[in-house]
Amino acid sequence: MINPIKVFETPNDLAKIGIAGIINPKPTATRKEIEVNTATSLGRSLKGDLNLILSQAFLAMRNWQERAKITTIGQVKAVIAENLIKTYDKGKVRALDGLSLDVEEGTVLGVLGPNGAGKTTTVRILATLITPDSGRATVAGIDVIKDPGKVREVIGLSGQYAAVDETLTGWDNLTMFSRLYHLSPSASKKRAGELLEQFSLTDAAKRPIKTYSGGMRRRLDLAASLIVKPKILFLDEPTTGLDPRGRIEMWEVIQGLVKDGTTLLLTTQYLEEADQLADEIAVIDHGKVIARGTSDQLKKEVGGERLEIVAEAKDLQQVAEIVGKVSGGKVVVEEGSRQVSAPVTTGSRALIEAVRSLDDLGIHPLDIALKRPSLDDVFIALTGHVAEEKKSEELEAAQKRGRRK
Amino acid sequence: MIKYAVSDSLIITKRQLLQLIRVPEVLIFSTIQPVMFVLLFRYVFGGSISTGIPGVDYVQLLMPGIFVQTVAFTLAGTAVGLAEDMQKGLIDRFRSLPISRSAVVFGRTLGDGALNIVVLAVMGLAGYAVGWRPSSGLFNVLLGFAFLLLFGFAMAWVGVLIGLSVRSARVANAAVFIAVFPLTFLSNAFAPTTGMPKALQYFAEWNPVSTMVAGCRELFGLQNIFGVTANSWPSQNPLEMSLIYMVIIMAIFIPLSVRKYINTASK
Repeated sequence: MINPIKVFETPNDLAKIGIAGIINPKPTATRKEIEVNTATSLGRSLKGDLNLILSQAFLAMRNWQERAKITTIGQVKAVIAENLIKTYDKGKVRALDGLSLDVEEGTVLGVLGPNGAGKTTTVRILATLITPDSGRATVAGIDVIKDPGKVREVIGLSGQYAAVDETLTGWDNLTMFSRLYHLSPSASKKRAGELLEQFSLTDAAKRPIKTYSGGMRRRLDLAASLIVKPKILFLDEPTTGLDPRGRIEMWEVIQGLVKDGTTLLLTTQYLEEADQLADEIAVIDHGKVIARGTSDQLKKEVGGERLEIVAEAKDLQQVAEIVGKVSGGKVVVEEGSRQVSAPVTTGSRALIEAVRSLDDLGIHPLDIALKRPSLDDVFIALTGHVAEEKKSEELEAAQKRGRRK
Repeated sequence: MIKYAVSDSLIITKRQLLQLIRVPEVLIFSTIQPVMFVLLFRYVFGGSISTGIPGVDYVQLLMPGIFVQTVAFTLAGTAVGLAEDMQKGLIDRFRSLPISRSAVVFGRTLGDGALNIVVLAVMGLAGYAVGWRPSSGLFNVLLGFAFLLLFGFAMAWVGVLIGLSVRSARVANAAVFIAVFPLTFLSNAFAPTTGMPKALQYFAEWNPVSTMVAGCRELFGLQNIFGVTANSWPSQNPLEMSLIYMVIIMAIFIPLSVRKYINTASK
C-alpha cells in the first residue's frame, strides 16, 4: 500500500485530485477519464505509482455504485446516507457533521436524539427538501441529490407538523393529494375513502381539519403520506405534542404499517417510542450517529431499568443493603436526596422483592419506583453529558435564517 | 410532464376555490372591503375632489382607480396565503410530492387571479348603484376588465416572492402594505395628478398603477387628464405601457418566484 501523501508532493495535489473526480466522481466516469482529469488538474503527466492509487480510488467509487445497485436489485438497503454534512450561517452552525446511517428494507430505523441533534435535517435531506453541503445518500437505490424527482415518487413524508390544509375537510385533503400523486379522479376518491377508513377518520371525513384533535390531524397527515403506498416512509417526530392517548393511537397505526412491510425511518425524542416501534435505533448527537443497535443492545449499554428508593436518612444503610441484594449491580447512594438506586434486570419482580424485604425490616420508604432509562440516561451513558437543549435553540434559529436565504 | 404541469397547477387552484366554499367568510370580506372603498370615496371625497373635466362626476373617475387598486392588492392574498402554507409545513409536503416544480405557485396565482372575477363583478355592480356609467360599449368594458384581471395575475407573482421570503403571514401582510399602498396613492387613482408637485407628477403618472388607471379610464370612455407627462409616450399610450409593465413584472417575478419555491424550505 502506497501512502498517497508521499506520492503526491503536497496535500494540495490531493485536493486537486478530489476536484478531478475521485472524491466526488461522475457516476459514469471511466478510469481513463479520471486519469485524464487528474493529470490535467495536476498540470503534469501521471507517473506509474500514481496509477495504483488511481485504480484504488476508482475501485472505491465503483464500490459505492455497487452498493447503490444492490439496493435496487437485491433489495438490501432501502436508505443509505454517507457522511452527510450540512451547515447553516456560513458554516458557523453544523447541523449535520458527517452523519452516516442505513436502513434495511422492510425494517424500522428509529433515529433518536434531542432537539437540534440533526434529526429533522437528516429527514429533510433524504426526502429531497434540502441538499447537503457534502456527502451522499440514496433512497431505494436512487441518488437523492442527482435524481430528487424519482425519489419523490417512492417516498412518503410526514413531518413534525400536520402539513394539511386546515380549512379543507379530511376528504378534500386526501383527494387533493391523491390527484397530486397523479391518480385519476375516480381512483383518488377510492383511495381517499380507503385511507379514511384505515385511519378511523371516516366519521370526520366531511369536517374541516380545524375541528380535528391533535391525534386525528397527525393520522390524516400520515394518511396523506401513504397515498401511493410508498416504499419508504419518513416520519419526523410523529408523536411530538400529542397527549398520551393520541401517542398510543399513533403507535398502533404505525405498527400496523410496519406489519405490512413498509420500510420506515422514524425520528423521535423518546426512547420509549423508539423501543416500541423500531427494529434498530441510531442515537444522534451534534449531527453525528454516536451509537447504533437494537433497543436491547442500547439498554444494556445504558444499564436497563433502575430501582430507586427514597428513604429516611437513618434507614439508608439498610436500604442500600437490600437494593444491593436485589440488584446484584453497583448501588449508588445519594445522601443529599436520600436516594438509593441500582440497575435491575428482573423488572417488577425486583420491585416486589425489595418491597417485601423492606417490609420485613419495618422500613417505610418515602418513594419507591422502577425507572425505565430515558433519553437522558442513554445520553449520559453514551456521551457523559445530558442532551443539550440550549444548543438546539441556536441551531433552529440558524436553520430558519438559512432557509430564508 | 407538461400535461402534469398544467393539471397539477389546476389542482392547486381548485384547492383554493374549495377553501372559498368551505370558508365563505373569506370571499365575503374580500368583496366587502372594495365595496366599502367605493362608497367611502364616492360620498366622502367625491364632493370635494374636482375631476378637472366639466360635466364628469367624480364617480366616473374613481371607479377605474378603485378597480386597479383592488387588483393591485391581489398580491396581499397571495403573499399571506403562501406564508401561511409555509408556516404550516404545507409547502414542505408539496415539495416532497412528485409534482411539477412550478405547479404550486402557478396554481396559487391562477386561483388568486380567478378570485378577482368575483370581486370585480361585485364592485362593478356597487359602482353602477352609485352612478358609475361607462360610456364605451360592452366590448370595451369587458376588455377593461380583462386588463384588470391580467394586472391582478401579474401582481400576484410579486406576492409569491414576498410570501415565500418572509417568516410569517403577519410579516407578509405588513410587507405587502408597504409595497403597494404608496403605489396606489402616489397615482392618478383617486385624485387628478395635476394638483401634485411637479417632481411627484412624473412618478404619479408613469407608475404602473397610473398607466393602468389611465388605460381603464380610456376603455370605459373617459379622457384621463395628465400633468407634466401629457406629451410622453407612456401617457399617450397607457394601455400599451401597462402591458409592457405587466410583461416586465412577470418576466422578473415568475422565474424568481419559481426559483424561490424550489430552494425554499419552511417551518
